[in-house]
Amino acid sequence: MKELKIFGVITFFTLVTYWGVEPLAHSIFHPHVEPADFQFKDLEAITTTTNSDVAKGKELTSQNCIGCHSINNEGISAQVDKQTAIDNYGVFPPDLSTAGLIYESNYLANFIKHPVKAGKLEHKYDGVNKFYIMPDYSWMSNEDIHSMVAYFKSIAPTKLTNKEVFIDACGRCHNMKYDKVKADSDVTKVMGSTPPDLSMIIRSRGEHYLETFINDPQKHLKGTAMLRIGLNESAQKQVIKYLEEIGDSKKAEREAIAPYVLGFLGFMIFVSLLWKREVWSEVK
Amino acid sequence: MAHFEKARSLGEWFDQRLNTTGFIKVMMTEYWIPKDINFLWAMGMILAFTFKILIISGIFLLMYYKPDVDMAFDSVNYTIMQEVGYGWLFRHIHGVGASLVFLIIYIHMFTGIYYGSYKKGREMIWLSGMLLLILFSAEAFSGYMLPWGQMSYWAAYVITNIFGGIPVIGDELVVWIRGNFYVADSTLTRFFMLHVFLIPIAILGGIAFHFYTLRIPHVNNQKGEEIDFEEEANKYLTGRKKVSKVIPFWPVFMAKDVFVLSVFLFFFFYLTFYHFNFAMDPVNFDPANGLKTPAHIYPEWYFLWSYEVLRGFFFDIGGLKAADIGLVAFGFAQIIFALMPWLDKSPTVAPANQRPYFNAWFWIMIVILIILTIYGKLPPTGTNAWVGFYSSIAFILLFLALPIVTMKEAEKTASSIKPTGGKH
Amino acid sequence: MEMRILKKLIPKKEGTNIMADISRRAFMGKILAGTTGIAAAASLYAMKRTWDPLPSVVTAGFTTVDLSPLEAGKLSIVKWRGKPVFFLKHTPDIALDKNRDIVIGENRYTVVIGLCTHLGCIPEWREGEKIFHCACHGGQYDSHAKQTFGPPPRPLDIPPFAIQGNSIVLGEEGSEYKTMTTKAQA
Repeated sequence: MKELKIFGVITFFTLVTYWGVEPLAHSIFHPHVEPADFQFKDLEAITTTTNSDVAKGKELTSQNCIGCHSINNEGISAQVDKQTAIDNYGVFPPDLSTAGLIYESNYLANFIKHPVKAGKLEHKYDGVNKFYIMPDYSWMSNEDIHSMVAYFKSIAPTKLTNKEVFIDACGRCHNMKYDKVKADSDVTKVMGSTPPDLSMIIRSRGEHYLETFINDPQKHLKGTAMLRIGLNESAQKQVIKYLEEIGDSKKAEREAIAPYVLGFLGFMIFVSLLWKREVWSEVK
Repeated sequence: MAHFEKARSLGEWFDQRLNTTGFIKVMMTEYWIPKDINFLWAMGMILAFTFKILIISGIFLLMYYKPDVDMAFDSVNYTIMQEVGYGWLFRHIHGVGASLVFLIIYIHMFTGIYYGSYKKGREMIWLSGMLLLILFSAEAFSGYMLPWGQMSYWAAYVITNIFGGIPVIGDELVVWIRGNFYVADSTLTRFFMLHVFLIPIAILGGIAFHFYTLRIPHVNNQKGEEIDFEEEANKYLTGRKKVSKVIPFWPVFMAKDVFVLSVFLFFFFYLTFYHFNFAMDPVNFDPANGLKTPAHIYPEWYFLWSYEVLRGFFFDIGGLKAADIGLVAFGFAQIIFALMPWLDKSPTVAPANQRPYFNAWFWIMIVILIILTIYGKLPPTGTNAWVGFYSSIAFILLFLALPIVTMKEAEKTASSIKPTGGKH
Repeated sequence: MEMRILKKLIPKKEGTNIMADISRRAFMGKILAGTTGIAAAASLYAMKRTWDPLPSVVTAGFTTVDLSPLEAGKLSIVKWRGKPVFFLKHTPDIALDKNRDIVIGENRYTVVIGLCTHLGCIPEWREGEKIFHCACHGGQYDSHAKQTFGPPPRPLDIPPFAIQGNSIVLGEEGSEYKTMTTKAQA
């Protein structure tokens, strides 16, 4: 009984210390943020308030987008070649084949209309002294923009692997050294800082942080040069899954053997208790 | 040439040459431990076992680790964590073990303080234990640098910079310790050597010495009772085991230890598999970057209390610079526990709950250490800075007051015994 | 020396030289201990030297920085000997601090090692407030990098520099640097 009391006292002080240096400290380092918003409610409702026409969208796309963007799964290549784009802009405009699948539709419409606003980069690109690489298409009607989004959705594949989503969503700026993924653009010039390699980001930030961070980087890192890229919920899940596959590749193995080890040690506790009682019965 | 009979068994063959039976008696079956103990007496063996776990896991990490600023991070996080079979397990065990070893060291140490196991002949036990604490701290600090993550780098930076506060030679000393003007490859390689060779060897020696210091004054017991070990051992050996106040190290003492150890290992591996972030700081999974200070720099939890004493003094007092006061206070915190046997002026060896003043002192000390630990991690701004300041002051005053507290207590106990003695 | 004195003090006679023998043994012991001590000291010195920074490390790095592209009020950071060096061109509203500002023509600059003098973190420049703020322990410096709040014991250090036209060479001790350090000491 006395030993249980001592154990209780030690457990209590250990837990208080633990609470102070872990949960308490972390709640102060990372103040609570609103959960991820996959509807992007701060943006204008475009796709829900207008009708769309895929054929018109296709026409508008070929008139307005393919000067810079390629659409590989439609056999369309960009009119500007990759190296020229990188030399001039620092980045190579993304291929649009998968845009309809990985980006939330209304976000995508808003991005076309006003990239800096949708990406939450107004503090970086004021539109007076500094311009974002992609121009606004705010002169287009919402219905036309919606039609383009509808076209992107119609040509998008129905399924991508986690890695493919990562490459399209993140891999133009970020390296993934542990999976030999290398960003094709040199965005240091554009961003002002080098985007970090993401190989171990799942261990250094954790799933919980990434969930809200990818959804809206400004929430955690106010003033960051990273764009809000507007992934829909399932695409973001795939990205995080991929980060985990690479950065914490042994998670499955870890969780699989844990019950056996703990079960074994539980049995050890039982056997050693019996042995202790046996031995001590002689002296006490 | 000594005379040898032909041995009748392998055991006898060794016994003739090494006196194994004698050795086993001295070390195990007739090494006497008091019977009146609780599970806190198992902490020593748990520490020895945890150190063994650290050495073994360390050996496996050593085979793939590369002490080079360009390769260290990837050799740990890619090669060991992802490629080497069960490499992740050894790293998790090593990381969690390094943290838990300090939890147990602190429990072991506060058990010693609570039961007064540092005085009346037990001073060397205490001092050798304090020496081990310093060695373990150096081992933990040097090891923390090796994965070469952001925390590795900046902890190394901040801690080596502390030496810069030493008058006259400070600045040169920092450069000398690092082997460069900043924490660089030379720093990593020399701390690697310290971590995998020199300090572990010193710890092994320290542990052997710590065990040896127990031999003559013997292990303390729950009541602080003085035991005639020879007489009690005789009782035990003549079969009066239940009456005897002592038990042999093997098998009786160890039977209890093994049970406590099993419970500990269950906890250890639960943390290793499911709850390792407290011991393997996520920030350290960002590669070291000498030009980007992390938003919050803090040492591992077990250094937080003394780190808080260091930074608790954040403004100049009189003509003294804040940083200098902090450094002196930090030095005070590092050595003051070692002086316990001489700060405690009461001759009584008894658990704190039977010593009226010391009991209060003990629990206040625990609370202050926990406050220092918690605030050592929080950002030192606003109220936090003041909490740190006042608890640092409280910590120092507490130890300065200990001689007075214990002297008063000795007077009180002496005077309260006399009247009762007079009546009889 | 000692030997000779001893011999004089204790006359050597047959059978009575035990004292002398003991003294001689003690003396030989001292010599041996002394020799071993020298060896130990020499070894310690050699060990100390292996921990010294390598010559290549010591001599590495004289960095020339061109000041013309700097924008007033904005901070530029240059890496020099593994340390960040802050370059801040002052806006006209900042008063001149003769002890700390580098003056080239009309322009005044703060050039300091960007490591907090408390425990070596890198302070950030807050353009709006015109202060350097250290995130580690809350230290603050003004635009001349003089400490204004918190634990820093002294202003941010000025690296050795020399002025060459509109450029600054870090690592070289120019005349301006020398006058600045003597002023600071006075």
